[in-house]
Order: sequence, then C-alpha cells, then structure tokens
Amino acid sequence: MRWFNHGTIERNLILMGVLTLITVSIGGLAQIVPLFTVESTIERVEGVRPYTPLELSGRDIYVREGCYLCHSQMVRPFRDELERYGHYSLAAESMYDHPFQWGSKRTGPDLARVGGRYSDDWQAAHLRSPRAVVPESVMPPYAFLDRPLNYTDIAERLRAQAAVGVPYTPEMIAHARADLEAQARPEADPTGFAGRYARARQGAFDGDAGVVTEMDALVAYLQMLGTLVRFSDVTPEQLRQQ
Amino acid sequence: MPTKIEKDSLTGQETTGHEWDGLKELNTPLPKWWLYTFYACIAFAAVWVVIYPAFPFQGATGLSGWIAREAVVEQQQAAQARMAPMMDRVREATPEQIAADPELRAFAVAGGRIAFANNCAACHGAGGQGAVGGFPSLADDEWIWGGTHDAIRATITHGIRAGESEEERVSMMPRFLADGVLTAAQVGDVAEHVLSLSGRATDAASAARGVELFAENCAACHGERGEGNRDVGAPNLSDRIWLYGGEKRDIMRSVSYSRGGVMPAWGPRLDPAVVNMLTIYVHALGGGEN
Repeated sequence: MRWFNHGTIERNLILMGVLTLITVSIGGLAQIVPLFTVESTIERVEGVRPYTPLELSGRDIYVREGCYLCHSQMVRPFRDELERYGHYSLAAESMYDHPFQWGSKRTGPDLARVGGRYSDDWQAAHLRSPRAVVPESVMPPYAFLDRPLNYTDIAERLRAQAAVGVPYTPEMIAHARADLEAQARPEADPTGFAGRYARARQGAFDGDAGVVTEMDALVAYLQMLGTLVRFSDVTPEQLRQQ
Repeated sequence: MPTKIEKDSLTGQETTGHEWDGLKELNTPLPKWWLYTFYACIAFAAVWVVIYPAFPFQGATGLSGWIAREAVVEQQQAAQARMAPMMDRVREATPEQIAADPELRAFAVAGGRIAFANNCAACHGAGGQGAVGGFPSLADDEWIWGGTHDAIRATITHGIRAGESEEERVSMMPRFLADGVLTAAQVGDVAEHVLSLSGRATDAASAARGVELFAENCAACHGERGEGNRDVGAPNLSDRIWLYGGEKRDIMRSVSYSRGGVMPAWGPRLDPAVVNMLTIYVHALGGGEN
C-alpha cells in the first residue's frame, strides 16, 4: 500500500504519468476498437444511395437548425417503436451520414421513417406553423425557410462528403447544381438526374416550383428519410450483422 | 513521502495532509453501504459482459446468444399470434360486416383509434377535425370523395394524387388565371358567384356576371348549383365548409392557381386489417354514410 496510495502517486511524476496513460488507453481503446468492425456492422441491404444535392442541402439545414436536439433518427429494436414507426433502423441506412443524426432526445417524434408518411403540403405547412396543423405541438415555427436556398457551393459540399467516404462520382459532382435544380422543378427533364439517384422524387416540395427555397430542400430530405430500403424485399440474411 | 499521520484533534479523524490557509481536509472513508454497492456493481458488470454481447469481436454475442434484433422480432411475432384470431376476422370481413358485429366493431374502433393517432392525426387532427389549408375534417358529414365504408377504405388504401397507386384518386382543377382561361376580373366575378351560392355575395352585379362563367368553367365538376361531385373529388361550394378558406381572396386564389391536396396510399404501409379498422373508426367519427 505504501507504493500505491494517493500520496505516493501524487508525488511521483513518472508513476503518475504511466498510470494516466494506462487509464486513458483503456478508455480510448473502448472507443477505437469497435471502429475496426464497422464493415461487418453494416447490413448488406440494397437501395441506400448518396443523398441527392437537394436532399443533402436539406440535411445541412436539418443540422443547422439543430433538429436532432428534439428529433431522433433511430428506431430502436423495441416492440413499441416498431409498432409506431416501422422497421428498426439499420446501420446501412446511415452509412452515408456525416455526421449521423441519430440524436438522443425525443421532444418530437422519431423521424427515421417519416418519408412519405405525410404530403409535401403538410410538411411545408407544418414547418411554417406547426400549431396550424397540430394544435398540441410545441415545435417552433420555421416560416423563414421560405427564403431562397443558397446552393452556389453545392459541388463543394458533395466533394467534401466524397472526401469522407460517400461514393459521389465525379459525374455526380459535376452535375450537382443541375441535379439540385432538376429535383426541385417537377417539369424538368429527369433523364440524367434519375440515372444518378435511384428512386429520387422530383417535385415542388414547398408548393411553388419557381424559386428553389430552403423549404424545398428540407422537405425533399424529410420525404426521403427511411424510404431508401424497401423492407418488403429484404431477407433476414441481409439483416444479419456479420 | 508523508511519514507522519496527522489526526484532527476535534474529531479524531485522520487528515489527508492537504492544507489551505490553515484548513485541513479530513480523510473520511466512504460510507460502507456505498462502497459495497459499488463493488457489487463491478461484479454485476463482469457477469453481464460475459452473458450479453459486449465486445465488438466477430460473432461475439455473449454466452446467452441474445441478440436485440432477434428478440424484438420474437416479441412481435408473439404479439401478432395473440391478436391473430381477431385480426384475421377483421382482415377478412367487409367493413359492413365489421360494423354489424358488436364484438368486431368494438375491436376495430379501439385499434382504429390508435392507428389513426399514429398515422392520420398529423394532417386530419387528433379528433379528425382537420385543419385549414387542405386537410379535410373527417368528423363532419361533408365528404369530398365519399363517406361510405367502401369509399373511405378506397381512399385510405390508394391515397389521393400521391402517385403511389394505380387506383389512387386523381383529379386536377385547372389553373384558370395562371393558364389564361380567365382574366383576373373574371376570376373575381366567379368568386363572387361562388360566394352567392352560400348566400354571402356582397356585389350582386359581379355575382351576376359570374353566373355564366361558372356554368362554362366550373359546373362540369362542381355541379350547376355548386353542389359538388364526389366522382371527381370536386367539393361542395354551396355550403360554408371550406378546405382552403372561404373568404373571397381564398376562393380567387383557388380559381386562379388551382388546389389539390395529396394523401399517401396506406395500403402498401399498413396491414389490410388495420385499414379496415381505420375505415370503421373514421366512419364512426360522426359523418359516416350508408
């Protein structure tokens, strides 16, 4: 005990340094080692693709406004959550999220499977004034999202995602601006856009096809959430984490 | 090295040897109950780590073999098996048969209430009261696409203008001003005539000018007297129930730029039994027709 009590450790710099290193290493390994198994954690399901430029812009707004502070994007494998939200979230569904938006607080409902549940009109009306459609809501209004979206740097945003591992091709980056505008305008020619982003929906998401607004981007993002994997086609083997 | 153990003269307790301006810290041991609880937690964690999945190594699931994802599927299957006798009956019966059977009806209303709160209430309101801006009330007796059991079930199953089902309800009102069919003045006259249908016109001359325009452009869908047509989802214009607001400027906007709400198709999302339960519940909200 004489060599291993507070008094001894506090007065011996080398002993203190060695013991600190050991303690920090244990904590660090607990965080780092699981990262080596990420590849085997991601399920081999089909359908998950990089976000379209408009969806990515909407995701950036989602992050900017701190939506994750009140909304999670993580259906946990509990029966009550399955009954309410649908299939539990897969690792594969957020493999292109940098950073992920799982959240840890549910003042509002989980949004991992909100895509397609409500109409674009409802999403826009609800964002503008939540209590106009849901009187019981405590969500703040986001009517200012009807301002034009600044997307001059959209190609750089795709490039930044590609740099951290999202498989955006040079072709996707080159067409980022055109793809963003094509998705926000229902009458635009979908040929190239649809080929690059499978099952991405075009639309006047905020109800006005004229100007591409932040509302367009955010609604496009919300309407995609949880819809990329078709669970009717998924087999139990694909859901297994290896 | 501290060689001298100093004892506080007042309490008889050892001190830590730390001193601040003459104040010394007592080296009081942790309470026994706390210390043993702490040791017990460490022992519990050691057992837990062995039994449940804790280490991120390939195929490591712990001694018990327990996996959260498989456990929840088993729970869900067990719950479905418990409900199956009633759910099968609700799934196979027509809404009329469910409504006629008190036991099935009570089951369907109870289940429908929960499914409604989860899936429908965001747009149609917690009590089906709807909201201005294109979210119709389901609790009154005005129906856009019909209020019989079959009509309600078809709307829920296939949705409206969502582009998800071939049997969905589709109709699109023309954009009379935007597409140059009517001038702005004519839109005002039509709106004034529409107001007159519910006895609210304030400009008789304008309303009179709107009569012929209404007959030419609107009556085909909304009916000669604005009574509406459920086959094409054209709402009744002669009452005071308005989906997008009933002021003159609201009506002018509807005529000018068209309206058309979207409802998702719930057939692909929900069990057919749940669709039947929702049909019964919505029908029972107050406006169901036979």
